[in-house]
Amino acid sequence: MKTITQPKAVAAAETRPRTANGGWKRFWNNRTLMLMCAPAVIFFAIFAYLPMPGLYLAFIRYNYTDGIFKSAFVGWDNFRFLVMTGDLWRLTFNTIAYNLAFIILGNCLQIFVAILLNELRKKWFKKVAQTVMFLPFFISFVIVGLIAYNILSYDYGLLNGILESLGMDPVKTYSNPHVWPFIIIITFLWQSTGYGSIVYFAAIMGLDSEVVEASEIDGANALQRIRYIVLPWLKPTFIILLLFSLGGVLRGNFGLIYNLVGANNTVLYSTTDIIETYVFRSMFNNFNFSMGSAVSLYQSVFGFIVVITANWLVKKASPDNSLF
Amino acid sequence: MQGEVVRKSIRSDATSLFVRGFGYAFIGLFSFCCLIPFLLVLGTSFTKESEIVKHGFNLWPKVFSTFAYKIVFENPGLIIGSYAVTVGITVVGTVLGLFLVAMTGYALQRPDFQQRNTISFFIYFTTLFSGGLVPFYLLIKQYLGLGDNYLAVLLPGLMSPFLIIMMKSFTKSIPHAITESAKIDGAGDFTIFVRLILPMATPALATIGLFIALGYWNEWYNAMLFLSADMKYRPLQLFLYGVITSADFIKNSSASSNVPLRDVPLESMKMATAIVATGPVILFYPFVQRYFIQGITVGAVKG
Repeated sequence: MKTITQPKAVAAAETRPRTANGGWKRFWNNRTLMLMCAPAVIFFAIFAYLPMPGLYLAFIRYNYTDGIFKSAFVGWDNFRFLVMTGDLWRLTFNTIAYNLAFIILGNCLQIFVAILLNELRKKWFKKVAQTVMFLPFFISFVIVGLIAYNILSYDYGLLNGILESLGMDPVKTYSNPHVWPFIIIITFLWQSTGYGSIVYFAAIMGLDSEVVEASEIDGANALQRIRYIVLPWLKPTFIILLLFSLGGVLRGNFGLIYNLVGANNTVLYSTTDIIETYVFRSMFNNFNFSMGSAVSLYQSVFGFIVVITANWLVKKASPDNSLF
Repeated sequence: MQGEVVRKSIRSDATSLFVRGFGYAFIGLFSFCCLIPFLLVLGTSFTKESEIVKHGFNLWPKVFSTFAYKIVFENPGLIIGSYAVTVGITVVGTVLGLFLVAMTGYALQRPDFQQRNTISFFIYFTTLFSGGLVPFYLLIKQYLGLGDNYLAVLLPGLMSPFLIIMMKSFTKSIPHAITESAKIDGAGDFTIFVRLILPMATPALATIGLFIALGYWNEWYNAMLFLSADMKYRPLQLFLYGVITSADFIKNSSASSNVPLRDVPLESMKMATAIVATGPVILFYPFVQRYFIQGITVGAVKG
């Protein structure tokens, strides 16, 4: 059946554009498909493209009563201010450092978990473990924040409860900036490892079982199998995912940090303030819309350069996987 | 299947056994760590407040109490209203968003659709460059006038480039010949999509629908930005955020339930509200898990 209908269909698809006279006819033929895309095009035009010119705010001293067009134009002053106060450097450093930790530690732990999952034999154990590890992905950041509070709260937290029962002094986590990088990274790993390991686990499933069997007949043990077969097999997936996520290295995880640290915990800013939280604060605490926009513009332009570079690297590593 | 049987019988040397044993230990421990926080919240929500004040949060309620839940439901109007808002936004948003994402995704993978690359890039570009929070906020609030309007939460969550790309990869696996032969029979593109593609893409629709629904259920960011405290009923996550952070809520519930302020079970009530807000997700989750796994596996390999 299929062998009869398919060539006909393909032939039809190929001859139609050729017989049509010119681009307009082809354009007209696609009108329904274009209409089908129209809602999405309008959606992104409004919610993603329309705000872009708004970055002009970065070059003015915006005040609400004058509006965008009557506020004073100040050129690069906002950026100069950000550089001089050192804010820009701190925000960039924090955002990139957190993301690098998330990406590198995250991917390594995900691969580790996926490989170990694959070594397990008991089906029910695997299933239950996967389900439980995936669970944290399904809760909102508000709950994540609440859970952290549950563990770290000075008065009631589980951590201090344990420390006290061991005869140690309670710790004041919410006023000690040095521990927060660890807390934030651990929480991130807690929430994303189950989710992320799925990709790697699926990749391992794609491994040819004959290769694995052959290696075992040749006497390779589990470690050797992992080292010489599984890891090299995962390498392309790893590199692609790594480069993709590197493209977003300047985009901070606002939800995570905002809910963990709280809205106004100034003591912790030195180690927890990222671009997104700064923009948020400059808007809602200081009503300085222009400063927020300046940071956003810097983030978008710098981030764009990073993505282009990352994509260029992907293209070199594996042309099929490049984004554009 | 057979491979596993063979593998099992062959390799039982010390190293392989050690790796397997380590695997059980590590995965077991990690799973435990993933589960513990949930049990902690659950346990605390059932613990008597005076016990929490004395001994802190605990996994197992030493003195069992449902008082926190009683207070939460004492004034059920608020939480039921929040539930209704979240369920409403989730249902409407998911149905509408799913239809639009599916339609766009299908059109954009049609090999005979000339403009597909241009439109794909138009959509994809939004993940590369963005105007940031300030212009977005001004757009929604000032220019679209959606402050204190549920649409401010509903609309931005309808579509995402990620989901459209996922749908593209899904529908690519449906042979183009089906579209072609339907066209020869005289069917229009939209008819083909609705009558042929949608029924064939049910697993994909389930996956994408669940991603959208989860997004709406857990949405708090846009809600926090655009729905002020003037609104009586705010989405569930924002309601929960309010319970956690604001003393006002506690005062209100003290007044409405005739419990003196100092007796309001502040801590256990936060946990009880969290349980009420996440309950449905956790209960549904084991049944829909596989759809998410499908989506992640397809979405990771770009289409």
